[in-house]
Formats: sequence, C-alpha cells, structure tokens
Amino acid sequence: MEHFGLWVGAFLTLGIYSFLYRDNAWYKLCEAIFIGISAGYWVVILFWDNFYGKFWIGREEEPMLWVGAALGVLMLCRLVPRIGWISRWPLAFIVGATAGLWMMNYFSSNIMAQVQSTIMPLLGEGYSASFGEIVGNFVIAVGTFAGLIYFYFSKEHKGAFGATARLGIWVIMITFGASFGYTVMSRMSLLIGRIDFLLGDWLGLIQ
Amino acid sequence: MKRQIPLLITFFVGTLLIISVFVPPLGDLERDFTLFFDIIAVFAFFLGGGNLLRIHLMKLANRRKDWGFSAVTVSGFLFMLAIGLFKVGNPGGIAEAVDAEGSWFKVMFDNVINPLQSTMYSLLAFFVASASYRAFRAKNREATMLLIAAFIILLGRTPLGVMLTGWIPEWMSVAQIPNLAVWIMNSPNLAGQRAIMIGISLGVIATSLRLILGVERSYLGGDSD
Repeated sequence: MEHFGLWVGAFLTLGIYSFLYRDNAWYKLCEAIFIGISAGYWVVILFWDNFYGKFWIGREEEPMLWVGAALGVLMLCRLVPRIGWISRWPLAFIVGATAGLWMMNYFSSNIMAQVQSTIMPLLGEGYSASFGEIVGNFVIAVGTFAGLIYFYFSKEHKGAFGATARLGIWVIMITFGASFGYTVMSRMSLLIGRIDFLLGDWLGLIQ
Repeated sequence: MKRQIPLLITFFVGTLLIISVFVPPLGDLERDFTLFFDIIAVFAFFLGGGNLLRIHLMKLANRRKDWGFSAVTVSGFLFMLAIGLFKVGNPGGIAEAVDAEGSWFKVMFDNVINPLQSTMYSLLAFFVASASYRAFRAKNREATMLLIAAFIILLGRTPLGVMLTGWIPEWMSVAQIPNLAVWIMNSPNLAGQRAIMIGISLGVIATSLRLILGVERSYLGGDSD
C-alpha cells in the first residue's frame, strides 16, 4: 500500500510540474483530482469536527446551539429560488457578528497592542537592552510612524510631512522586499521537499 | 422586507457584540456566536459542495469541452464523501476518528492531497522567479531598496550567505549577511508590517461600522429578489 501511495504521489507531483512545459491533459487530470478530493475532504472534516463535534454532542447541554443549526438550515434556502432570499438571514448574522467581533478585536490587538509594543521598548523602566537592540527599537518606532504618515492621504505630501512620508515609503519598500524574499524561500523549501520526495522516497537516488 | 430584515439582523448582532465587550454578563456571547459560525460553516460547505456537483454534472450532461475532467472531479468528491461520512475503510469503524491512522481517508490525505497541495505551492517558486527576473530592475531609489532587501533575505537563508561574509570579524558580526537578514526581518520589516497592520485595522473598523449601520449593503446582492 505504501509503495502504491508513493507511485500515486509521484504521478501527481510530475503531473502538476508538467504545467511548466504548457497546459496539458495530465495537469488538468491532476487539477480535477485535486479539486474533487480536497472539496470532499473539507466537507467531511467540517461535518465531523463542527457539526458532530460541536453541535450534535453539545446540543442537549447547550440548547442555544440549535439557533446556529437553524441559521445553517436557512442558508440551504438558497437552493429553492422562490424562498432564496431567506438565505440572507444567516449571511446577515455572519456579517454582523464578524463586523462586531473584528471591530473590537482589531482595535485592541492590532492597534492598541501594536502601538504599545512600538513605544514601550523605548521607555521601559530599568532598561537594560544592548546598543543594537536600542537602535533596532528606534528604527521600529520611527519606521512605524513614517509608514503611517505615508498612508495618510488627506494632506499633501510636502515639506516635513512629505519628507516623513518619503521615509515611510522606504520602510514599506524594505518590508515588501523582505516579504518577497521570505515568500520565495518558503516556496523554494517546498520545491526542495518535492524534489527530495521524487529523488529520495520514490526513486531512492538520495539516501 | 427582504432587505430590511437582514439589515436589522446585522445591526442587532453587530451592536450586541460590541456592547458585550463592555458588559461582563454578555461576555459569553463571543464564544456562542463563534460556535454558531462553525455550525453555519458546515451548511455553507454543503451548499458549496452541492454547487460544485451541480456545475460539473451539468457539464457532464451537456458533454461540454473537457467533460471527462468533470467526471474525475465528481468521482473524487463523492469518493471522499463516502469514505469520510460513512468511515468506509476505517479500521476502528464508525466510532473511530475519521482521520485515524490506517483509514482510507488518512491514506487519501497523505498520498493525494498532501503531494498535490505542496506541489501546487512549490510551482509558485518558478513563477515568482520568472516574475522577479522581469520586475526586479533598480529603476529608482525605492525599487533599489526593495531589491537589496529581498536579495539580503534570500542570501541570508542560504549557505552561500554564510560563506560570502563568514570572514567578517565578530565585532562587526551585524554586517554578516545572515545577521543582516535577521536584523532586516526584526527591525525595518517589523516597522513596515506594523504600519500596514495599523492601516488595515483602521480600514476594518471603518468597514465594520459601515456594515453595522447599514451604509454598506453589497453583501445582500442585487435588488432582483
């Protein structure tokens, strides 16, 4: 079974890489398998983890869960065109709850906490950071401020404001460069993993 | 009424969750609503799965171009549903976890989904390399900074980076490419990420307010029904 699995994995891996030559039937076959199998996989995982694990097991102890199930059933109204508009109710619930949750969470964790983490290292009591760390903290504080100034478009970027915005765009550019480099390296490690699978696990050329 | 009720639901639920942050007895609402989310998501996925089936079965029935691939997609989808929902090929039977060791479901994940997923993502390495070859030109100061930062990060994570600057003495170790890469990630990169994150958060807060107050209604779709 393990041997068969290796051959299937190799067949699919090479099929996806065949797209590098051009779009072809082998690639399309692998793509069709990927879509069907992963869609089925996620439906099954959500059914057992969420429906069975969270609703079915807990429904007697927490009757409130029936509200979630009822909203879920209402979503299926979309399948019947005459009453399809009812499916907007669970959608409205999801949108309202997401807006309410995210508004407060983003404010506390992504704004207040980030501002605090930017400023506090500069003012910490009993400070004992090394010279390198102090420079780093200063770069973070100035860079964050300059980056925010760059994103402020209600005032023309001229004079001291414009100079700060220009510094901001440099920081943003370094961030984009770093993110790009990081992404390339993560994709490269996946590529190395696949080559390792083909040459090592499948063909046995690498021990 | 078809539009007013959803707007009222959005307003009521959104406002209630904001109030719950300041009123401790309502603190459990966040947990309850998150559970509702998870349960609704199951039905949404069933709806999505149904839609996938409908589209591909129609393609099959009409013998449209590449209908054979649709047959493969439908077969794969139904096969996973069968072995997952009824736990066919699960050594422990229906009582065992769906992804138990040795189950067909786990075998499919390990030998089909896993290789396909990682190969799909690794395929991006080629496209990113090709795109960067065309896009990375030091046309101005900003583009040069992006190029240098990316180059240092790339070199810093390879043995070549260590080899090139390994001779630099310890007291100047920050100039060694791997250390420079770490410094870029931890200082200027972090500053830029924070500025972007704070900007996004302000956008999320503004959009959330628009949704709760009913100014933004695009999620309700067109006026036709």
